[in-house]
Amino acid sequence: MSQIFHRSTNLVSRVSIYGAVLIIGALGYALYAIAMSPWYTDQNVKRQQPVPFSHRHHAGELGIDCRYCHTSVEKSSFAGVPPTQTCMTCHSQIWTNASMLEPVRASYRDDTSIPWIRVNALPDFVYFDHSIHISKGIGCTTCHGQIAEMALTERAGTLYMSWCLNCHRQPEKFVRDKSEVFNPFYEPPSGAKQLELGRKLVKEYKIQSYQHCSTCHR
Amino acid sequence: MDSEGSHNIAGVTEPEPLIGPGHTFETVTDKISSIVLTRGTTPGWVFGFLIAFSLLMLLNLVVTLLMIKGVGIWGIRVPTAWGFAIVNFVWWIGIGHAGTLISAILLLLHQKWRTSINRFAEAMTIFAVMCAGMFPLLHMGRPWLFFYLMPYPNPMWMWPQFRSPLVWDVFAVSTYFTVSLLFWFVGLIPDLATLRDRAKNKAAKIIYGMLSMGWRGSAVHWSRYETASLLLAGLATPLVVSVHTVVSFDFTIGIIPGWHTTIFPPYFVAGAIYSGFAMVLTLAIPIRKYYHLEDLVTMRHLETMAKVMLATGLIVAYGYAIEAFMAIYSGDPYERYMLWNRIHGPYRGLYFMLIACNIVIPQSLWSRRVRRSIPLLFIVSLVVNTGMWLERFVIVVISLSRDFIPSSWAVYLPTKWDWATYLGTFGLFFTLFYLFIRFLPMISIVEVRSLVHETSEEKPHS
Amino acid sequence: MSQDSNPKNSIDLAAARAKLAGEGGRRFWQSLEELSDTKEYRNFLENEFPANSEKDADGINRRDVLKLMAASAAMAGLSACTKLPTEKIVPYVRPPEQIIPGRPLFYATSTQQGGVATGVLVESHMGRPTKIEGNPEHPGSLGGTDVFTQASILHLYDPDRSQTVVFEGRVSTWSDFVAAMGNARIRLSPKGAGLRFLTRTVTSPTFGSQMRGLLAQFPEAKWHQYEPCSQDSAREGARLAFGRPVNTTYHFDQADVIVSLDADFLSRGPGHVRYAREFASRRDLSAGPASKLNRFYAAESMPTGTGASSDHRLPLRSTDIDDLARQLAAAVGVAVPPSANASAKIPAAWVSAVARDLAAHRGSSLVIAGEQQPAFVHALAHAINAALGNVGKTVVYTESIEANPVNQLESLRDLVNDLNAGRVEILVIIDGNPVYDAPADFNFADALQNAKLRVHSGLYKDETAELCHWHAPAAHFLESWSDARAFDGTVGIVQPLIAPLYDGHTAHEVLAAFSGDSGKSGHDLVRGYWQSQRPEKDKAFETLWETSLHDGLIAGTALPAIAVALHADFVSLGRQQTASGDASALEVVFRPDPSIGDGEYANNGWLQELPKPVTRITWDNAAMISPGTAQHLSLTTGDYVSLKLVDRSMHAGVFIVPGHADNCVTLHLGYGRSRAGNVGTGPGFNAYLLRNSASPSVAHGLQIEKTGEKYYFASTQQQYTIDVEGHPAEEESQAAFSRDLVRIATLDEFRKDPAFAKKTEEEETKDLTIYPGFKYEGYSWGMSIDLNRCIGCNACVVACQSENNIAVVGKDQVMRGRAMHWIRIDTYFRGNLENPEMYYEPLPCMQCENAPCEYVCPVGATTHSPEGLNDMTYNRCVGTRYCSNNCPYKVRRFNFFLYSDYKTPSLYGMRNPNVTVRSRGVMEKCTYCVQRINAARIRSEEENRTIRDGEIITACQSACPAEAIVFGNINDPNSRVSKLKAQTRDYSLLDDLNTRPRTTYLARVRNPNPEIRD
Repeated sequence: MSQIFHRSTNLVSRVSIYGAVLIIGALGYALYAIAMSPWYTDQNVKRQQPVPFSHRHHAGELGIDCRYCHTSVEKSSFAGVPPTQTCMTCHSQIWTNASMLEPVRASYRDDTSIPWIRVNALPDFVYFDHSIHISKGIGCTTCHGQIAEMALTERAGTLYMSWCLNCHRQPEKFVRDKSEVFNPFYEPPSGAKQLELGRKLVKEYKIQSYQHCSTCHR
Repeated sequence: MDSEGSHNIAGVTEPEPLIGPGHTFETVTDKISSIVLTRGTTPGWVFGFLIAFSLLMLLNLVVTLLMIKGVGIWGIRVPTAWGFAIVNFVWWIGIGHAGTLISAILLLLHQKWRTSINRFAEAMTIFAVMCAGMFPLLHMGRPWLFFYLMPYPNPMWMWPQFRSPLVWDVFAVSTYFTVSLLFWFVGLIPDLATLRDRAKNKAAKIIYGMLSMGWRGSAVHWSRYETASLLLAGLATPLVVSVHTVVSFDFTIGIIPGWHTTIFPPYFVAGAIYSGFAMVLTLAIPIRKYYHLEDLVTMRHLETMAKVMLATGLIVAYGYAIEAFMAIYSGDPYERYMLWNRIHGPYRGLYFMLIACNIVIPQSLWSRRVRRSIPLLFIVSLVVNTGMWLERFVIVVISLSRDFIPSSWAVYLPTKWDWATYLGTFGLFFTLFYLFIRFLPMISIVEVRSLVHETSEEKPHS
Repeated sequence: MSQDSNPKNSIDLAAARAKLAGEGGRRFWQSLEELSDTKEYRNFLENEFPANSEKDADGINRRDVLKLMAASAAMAGLSACTKLPTEKIVPYVRPPEQIIPGRPLFYATSTQQGGVATGVLVESHMGRPTKIEGNPEHPGSLGGTDVFTQASILHLYDPDRSQTVVFEGRVSTWSDFVAAMGNARIRLSPKGAGLRFLTRTVTSPTFGSQMRGLLAQFPEAKWHQYEPCSQDSAREGARLAFGRPVNTTYHFDQADVIVSLDADFLSRGPGHVRYAREFASRRDLSAGPASKLNRFYAAESMPTGTGASSDHRLPLRSTDIDDLARQLAAAVGVAVPPSANASAKIPAAWVSAVARDLAAHRGSSLVIAGEQQPAFVHALAHAINAALGNVGKTVVYTESIEANPVNQLESLRDLVNDLNAGRVEILVIIDGNPVYDAPADFNFADALQNAKLRVHSGLYKDETAELCHWHAPAAHFLESWSDARAFDGTVGIVQPLIAPLYDGHTAHEVLAAFSGDSGKSGHDLVRGYWQSQRPEKDKAFETLWETSLHDGLIAGTALPAIAVALHADFVSLGRQQTASGDASALEVVFRPDPSIGDGEYANNGWLQELPKPVTRITWDNAAMISPGTAQHLSLTTGDYVSLKLVDRSMHAGVFIVPGHADNCVTLHLGYGRSRAGNVGTGPGFNAYLLRNSASPSVAHGLQIEKTGEKYYFASTQQQYTIDVEGHPAEEESQAAFSRDLVRIATLDEFRKDPAFAKKTEEEETKDLTIYPGFKYEGYSWGMSIDLNRCIGCNACVVACQSENNIAVVGKDQVMRGRAMHWIRIDTYFRGNLENPEMYYEPLPCMQCENAPCEYVCPVGATTHSPEGLNDMTYNRCVGTRYCSNNCPYKVRRFNFFLYSDYKTPSLYGMRNPNVTVRSRGVMEKCTYCVQRINAARIRSEEENRTIRDGEIITACQSACPAEAIVFGNINDPNSRVSKLKAQTRDYSLLDDLNTRPRTTYLARVRNPNPEIRD
């Protein structure tokens, strides 16, 4: 009786059996890697804006307070994006004919809003409130990253639920003194010190680490 | 040895041979392998296959519609939020029990009579579990998120909710399916090799060759084969019990009167085996007729299965009795109303049909004449299948339709799409089954061979 | 639904009938034999979409839904594995003052029903009104609202609203309209002969003065008013009794004994929201056994929410109320001859007992007559109140609150006569729909054609608009500047929360177009009028105006009480006014529909899907009859019959209502619209077809003929069934009481055993659990619902729908048991079918501490919060529906299809931005308005304090006119809810399941008159 298969088939079959395991594992990892990649999360991805607004320049170099533009950050869930008027308070005086600022002037002139591209967007079923985080001593840069060094603003975190929970489960690792909340250059004390400070502040500010679903989902 | 009782007590020592007389290794092998290799595609097969396939296409249609529109196309509602989907799920799963039971437990118990039926019983199991497995997915409001039920590392830092029986289902059913599939395949290997060797055309040789994984029938192969089967049998045995126990938890964990009862696990398992054997009979009888396998699947096989049905049927009957008794004895008004509602409520007809199908009619199996009459046996098996489906309907729907708050009471009625889905799964089941009997040895050549000399050994004794 | 067959005998006719009554959605031809065949019936049900579901609720057409669901399935499917789309932020160019992005603002304004104002506070998100609450400052509201007020926000965003000015079917503009009106005005004869205005009831002082000015300009012009369900009989009753139309206000909080003569004062008519609160305040038992209840006798033909809250209910044909009134009057010493057609249905003992009770409470009793009753009954009520010395105490008279009180029926009759006589040049119809709702014998549609120029202004291009040359879209009240008087005359300011979405303009502006000052805006007109009226000048007026806008009313404008003398001879005057026709013949009563009023709310999906009090019907009206009458005429629920009255006829489905008066048919008006919009066009039967001007509310000699067809009602709750012998087999209610779902006692029983509602085992089972219970430090939220206060008005249901973006599903889906209401009002009957006691039980999510729903969810989409809520996380839900199965209260609702309307842009604006809009395949339920809880928590923590009691008010609570629902922190022993739960009447549903609901009930205590046995 003639052989149907060549000897090598044995090898092939063995390899394929063990190979299968590896391949499946690899696929799983690949998926995870993609889910975590900036390409997918937009983390650290610079967004082109109608006006190349630089936080580095305004918040960093000029040291303008965050609240000058994001007026409602202490009062409301929404930090607020400055109306053109706010831009014009200065730019009606300085750089009055910088071509870069033409869209701003245009907006003010013909009363049409500037369509900014949203950098930090949460899904509609997530309800985040700026004011409470601010008032509990969570700094802007904790979530928005080194904003004072961003020429074009980018998303600093993955904005995944795990990313939120990471802080909600251990606020002491992130909380800072209320006076430092709006400081874009704030350097948290190293490891142990931060924990020490954090624990103190958590008590002082009565920070509960809410983790039940309706905290953010309704 | 011809008295009624002794058959029941000592069915094993039954002198009647397990295969017809005059069989040698050669004839057995010829007979079975010829069905696949030489007999070719018969018009009868084509006819049956086409019907099955068109039903499968119906399933295809319904599922598409379901995905586009949502589960609202079914009759489900508040309070009866589970309907046909779950009924069918439990029913198919139940049917999926006979196979593994026959091949695993009976193997461990050295029940020789299993040999000629275990192969397609296992096949039946696998296909039934496939049908069953679809329903939990389809009945979800958002099936595309099924993976939320799996424990896997995710950026939500969320696990499934392990207290929920539905999560247990995921594990129970998938494990059961995997093991059954392995078991079936391992059992197939030597026969595949036989087919490979006997196959005339090249393609068949190659395909069977690959599937038989280089089986050469050496002593080493055989010993490994034995070990593997035994191990898998050992693995599968607890699964037979666990799967339907877990499925029954879907109900017992709930607080609905008619669900929340401790009797469920045992009587679900019994019921599963009950319906499983019924289905084996339903399939075996026509096949053996059509392919003239009367002397491989003998009267004795059928009769023994009938006895198993009778036995499990009685356990089920006991289950019903206890259910009713507990309802009354508990003094719980809701339980009592549940019973009252089954008997008097809008679905009373179905309840009495259930009793008839699962308890009354099967009692006819006490009579040897019924057990040995092919047509009667066939009818009874169909009746039991129906009955077991009704049982699940009674449990799922009647209990839900009237629970605690009367203002929410309402009657559930299936829509045409419910029926279409149900029929569709038959399409899937039979399509696979037709392919199976066409391309694989539906009876284990190897094991039946082993019977050949046993019967020849037995001959002098009688 | 009532397809449940009668348990006693197997498939019988009645069972089959009952079955058909509840299920299905369209008429189809079938013989009664077939009806009992369940297979037929089943086949029908399996027919996937009953005919009338093609046009689904809030304008979602089936096919669109299909397309949408395809899309959404794809979207949702991908959403598991795609990135979020890039969003844009579009900030203001110049920020408006006082708006903090993301924070809601509240403005005070007024809604109107029948011209009478109810003050409201409207929540506005970034300039979008999203929710209407009652205005505690406003006498007509006191913070409460009703279904119409709650639902009126949906009208603002209704995509079916008329959006452009139309001239002879072609789109035109407002300026063209104004110009055209200007020309028409010039073409008029100097005295303005032939100029006619038709409005609904008007209480707006500004409009009144505008109109007077206009009529001064054109002495021969005329102003007609017509409202299909007007206060005519009350007006005429007053004229009969006092010689002039005075306005009657009541003080139910002062009344110990109340007798209602067919009056539905808790759910309709001027001041009903306030009356509900006053009434409920006298059903309060917080003082325990010491507390005093009022006693309420109701005589009515059709069981209403009001009647259901009574201590003694006497089902009586509307005609016989006259007799009852006379007997009562005589008994308390008013000289009045007995009724011409005495009724056998009035037990003498009942009358004498009531009379004694009244007499025993001189000055603290109250008799009130209903809209449907003839003027004479109203006059009698006045006389009785006078005789009992109630005037000035429980009954107070003021000048009429209307700008021009006229008999509206006669007013319309004049108009029709003038039209037919060709005396009408220009007819301006402002906010009315006479073509649909005028009495049939007026043939208004034909008469209308005789006007040379027909102008219509209204929210919708309705039946009337179709027949007019000009149609100008009206501004919704949330887009309008106006003013209106409350039931007591207090002037409420109507101020806009949003610029008109479409080209809408107010009645003031339409009038201005004629009076020549078309330049003036609504604001100028209203403000200008008050500036001219008030003594305050400049600065002072400025402040007054500001405060008035802030409060929503002009302080001190309530009309003063006036003394009125009863005409001695009103009886003789009244004689000829008693009801006409052969009184013994079958009576038909026309009532405004409890959900959609006289039809003006027909296009409101929320109201259409609202289960009506007692019957629980949605999406339909019906020919409602008593079980007795059903027997007598061998009719049953679901029979499709033709109704003939004199020379006119209509078709309707029969619905049997327990406690309905015999020999009487109730028809609710407002249905069967032909041009209402996607929602309102179609459902129900047009009862106006039978209504004639001779007897607009009660008529005799109705003939009923079976057509042999069947009609299917979408009732959200299975009612009793009647078997062939006509014996009640009301399984549901029986079970309800055997399971102690509703716990009841009489006042005496309560005084004997204040803890009657407690069950001993309830206490014992508390801690029989192997799991350690949750620890609830800090807040733990709970709710208490007082069944003794609840009047079943449904306000909470609509409020919840509005607050929580709850979808409307349509009649077909309701019949399939898929209504989405997060809070429902279960109704149970006790006693005989002829006159059962009726009990309401509002049922939101119980928020169990041992929640059966939580541990069965495979994905943890419903979980326990540390404050005791059963959180529902929609975006985690995969829709196994296990939680719904395992919920003993069945309060969970499932999106079987894509019910939320994702395709109508105008509706986006209406949605509450703080509540997720649920998509298909997701379970949803009441969350105690967790968005409000979170908002309050955040505010309190920012202010470094704890949440104050009463700081969080759930939507249902704030809407409730009877203050039956109270929410709060049960860990705080001093919170209102804790105090209520501490009452002896407190009990929880199905407590023997040990689910430990956070929502508990205060048992109902009736205050029957021991002298009366019924």
